[in-house]
Formats: sequence, C-alpha cells, structure tokens
Amino acid sequence: MAFPRPFAFVLPLIGILIVVAGFALRLNPLLVVAVAAIATGLAAGHAILDVIAAFGKAFIDSRSVAVVWLALPVIGLLERVGLKERARTVISSIHVATTGRLLLAYLALRQITAALGLTSLGGHAQMVRPLVAPMAEAAAEAKWGEPSERVRRRIRANAAAVDNIGVFFGEDIFIAIGSILLIRSFLDQSGFHVEPAQLAVWAIPTAVCAFVIHGIRLLLLDRSLRAEIAREREVAG
Amino acid sequence: MITLEFVYVLMGLMFAGIAIVNLRDRSSAKRYVNGAFWALYAITFLVGTHLPNLVNGLLVIAMVVVMAIGKLGGAPAEETTREEREVSAARWGNRLFVPALAIPAVTLLGTLTFKYLHVGATPLVDPKQITIISLGIATVVALVVGMLMLRPPPSAPIVETRRLMDAVSWAAVLPQMLAALGTIFALAGVGPIVAGIIQRWIPLDTAFAVVATYAIGMALFTIIMGNAFAAFPVMTAGIGLPLIVQRFGGDVIVMAAVGMVSGFCGTLMTPMAANFNIVPAALLDLPDQNAVIKVQIPTGILLLAANVLIMYLFVFRA
Repeated sequence: MAFPRPFAFVLPLIGILIVVAGFALRLNPLLVVAVAAIATGLAAGHAILDVIAAFGKAFIDSRSVAVVWLALPVIGLLERVGLKERARTVISSIHVATTGRLLLAYLALRQITAALGLTSLGGHAQMVRPLVAPMAEAAAEAKWGEPSERVRRRIRANAAAVDNIGVFFGEDIFIAIGSILLIRSFLDQSGFHVEPAQLAVWAIPTAVCAFVIHGIRLLLLDRSLRAEIAREREVAG
Repeated sequence: MITLEFVYVLMGLMFAGIAIVNLRDRSSAKRYVNGAFWALYAITFLVGTHLPNLVNGLLVIAMVVVMAIGKLGGAPAEETTREEREVSAARWGNRLFVPALAIPAVTLLGTLTFKYLHVGATPLVDPKQITIISLGIATVVALVVGMLMLRPPPSAPIVETRRLMDAVSWAAVLPQMLAALGTIFALAGVGPIVAGIIQRWIPLDTAFAVVATYAIGMALFTIIMGNAFAAFPVMTAGIGLPLIVQRFGGDVIVMAAVGMVSGFCGTLMTPMAANFNIVPAALLDLPDQNAVIKVQIPTGILLLAANVLIMYLFVFRA
C-alpha cells in the first residue's frame, strides 16, 4: 500500500475521524455511523461482506437497548387524554416547587433508587417526557409567569440531563450492576481478584460530588430562569 | 420460559403497526418512506434472530438508504386539542398517573419476584434477562390498565405510538447503530492503537500525571466510543494496571471504581451516547439535537476534575 509504513497502523482510526467530522458537519448521524463502521472494517483489512455481516450481528445483539420504546403506546394513550396537563396542574398547586428544586428532588430520588439497583424506575420515555418535564415547566410557569418556547426547551433539556446524571452516578453503588460486573471480570482475567462490594464503596465519593455539583447548578438554574423570564416580559412590554 | 425473544416479538409487532398506520395515512406525503423504514426495523425484531448475519446487515443498510434518500417525514399533529385534554385531565384527575406509574411499579415487582417463579423445573422468566423482560411485561400490563380505564377507540394506542415514534424518527435506531459501530471498532483493534498513542506521546513520569491521564483518558475514549464499557478494558490494560498499580503501587479497587465513573463523565458529553443524549432531545421535541449535552458539559467537566482528585488522594493510601 502507498500509505507510509510507520503510520499505517493508525488506518483503522479512520472511523473515528469520519464520526467526528460527520457530527461536526451536522450530517445525519445514522448515515455517518454506517459509513464509519464500513470504512473502519475495510481499513482493518476485512472483506466488505464480512464487515456487513459483523455489523448486522452486532445490531441484532443490541436490540435490547430499544426496549424502552414499548412504553410509548401507553404514554401516547395517556397524553391523548391529558396526562401532561394533569402533571402541570399537580405541580402548580405545590407552592414551594420551583424548577430547580423539583429537578433536585428527582436527582436525589434517581440516585438513591439506582443505588438500590432500581435503574428502571426512571428513564426518558417512561418518566421524563410524561411527568418530570411537564412538571418542571409548570413549576416555572406558576412561579415566574408564562415562559417562551426557548425557555421551555431549556427546562426540558435540564430535565433529561437530571435523569442521566442521577442514574449514572447512582447505579455504580449497586453491587450487581453491569459496570461493576464488567470491572470484576476484567480484573479477574488480569489476575486481580476483587469483591463487588469493595468496588461499590469506592463509587460513593463520586456519587456525592455529582449530587453536590449538579445540585448547585440546579439551584443556580432557578435564578437564571427567573431572570430570563423577567427579561422576556420586559422586551414583550 | 419467557425469554428476550418474547419482548422482541412485541416490539416487532409494535413497529409493524407503526408502519401500517403510516402506509394508510393518505394525508402524509412521506407515508411510503416512513412505512418502509419502520417495516424494515420491524423485521429485525420479528425474525432477526433467525436470519443470517449478512441479511441482517443488509436490512440495516437498507434502513439507512431509505432514510438518506427518502428523507423521513416528521410527526403528524396531535389527535386532540389542548382544550379537550384540559377538560379530560380535569375529569380523570390523578387516576391518569395510575397506568403511567404502573410501568415502573410492575417492572420493580417483576425484577424482585420473577426469579422465584418456576413452571416445573424451568424458571418462568429467563433469569439472565429479568429486568428487560419485566419492563416489557410492565408495558403490556400498563397498556391493558389504560385501555380498560379510558376505553378509547381500539386504534388509539398504535396511532399515538406512531405519532411519538415519527417524532423521534431515525434517532430511535441510533443507539443500536452505535453499539454495532463499537463492535466493528473492537474488531479493527481501535482500542490498543489509541492506548499505544497515549503511552507514546504523553509524559507519564509522576503519579499525578498517570492518574490524570488515566481518568481523563477514560472520559475522552468514552466520548469517542460513546460507552465507558468499551473504554475501560483498553485504558485499564494500557495505562491503569501497568502504570498506576504496577509502577506507582496504587490500589486496584480505587483505580477501577473511580476510573469507570470518570468514563461516565465522558458519557455525559458525547453525541455517541445517543440513547442518553440524542434520543431524549428528539423525545422532548428539542430542535437542537445537542441541547441535552450542552446542559451536561459543565457537570461532566467539574465531576471529572473531582474524580482526578478523588483517585489521586485515595489510590495510593487504600
């Protein structure tokens, strides 16, 4: 091959380059990922049909990540008869509720339940879209007045982020979660025997830091949202 | 025994239903494109287990081609108006939460009890997949409760599912595509190449430099791969074990536990972790697909810095 020999070993990294460029240029991610996968396989010297077959097998093997979509029939059905509207009414009647405090409470709930192994108690399709996001929007509306669509989007993005941060930095405290089992089996193969409980204990300092850091940001979010809504009202006259 | 296959058939039927609703929707200009996309996806669930790998790979490529050439259409308007929903919300009150909360409640119940249920000598539910199967069963239970309570037209659930899925659109498939990309990366040996480059180009003479490189490397490699699980073996075999543990005498438990959560900081900051970051943007009608990532980046960076400190303070004294 004409490629200079000392650098030929980096050829399989072409997939990373394609992904980074594709996301930076805002091309459709599905297309970018498919092209990157095939390019990587070819660059590593595999035949194209083998690459497609390996890609198909991996796609089929990971179907379980899509299982959350099964929640949509019932969520759609409930949205049709006013689930989001009801969630808003409930929050508007709790007078101490603000967007930041509500999300802080959800962060604590999500971290604690995930630490007990109950990672399936949250989720974007099951909890955030039908309940947490409408409640967070309603809290802002009740406290500071009707927010613009731009502010509403910011609140919804924050609701999704809290779900992620809560589960990521809670689940590792549970001894039977996938990441702990992965660490344990990898270290076993490398000749180190460790107990899951020891690993779980050392996930606690980070979990506490995550709660403190993101908790402070959520309380600051309240101040920022209030100011933003007030500014929008002034502009609107 | 109930296995994952049962959940996959349920999903296949749901996606087939979405395809049919699309195909029958004369008001949609994209009825055939969307219909074909969801029909192909349905096939991977209904019979994917029994098809040769190459056929499955071609099905996935066909989905990408349909999407890229046909351009998927967005969601149709809601079936009910906001006023109608306000009235109905007032009528049903907090009972509306019952089917919604039945999903986590039944999932939890299943996770806790299915392992004790047997039919003869075989377990009722595949013990290795209890959580996912419980979630699948919980959605069915919740739907039955919702239908009995609300008594909507029988087509309502699938019509609503089509509305929500067409809003999420191609992003629904992205997590699986990225998982498949990760497998191809592993096949091509991308991990060892990256670890080799780090070892060759970064000076690793002090304990702090090694700890910082390992933790930040976990986050960066997770950003590239979209998954801390893929980054962990590579970074730990390349930097963690030989340098932190063997050369500087660090504790393997602290290193591994804090190393993994350093990877999770990377997960917060990457579009490659699509199911956590891109899918919710689509699901919450956010026009900026990176909106959730932008919220998470400050927390990700601060928490990564905290992890470097935690590891440095404790890994050499445990």
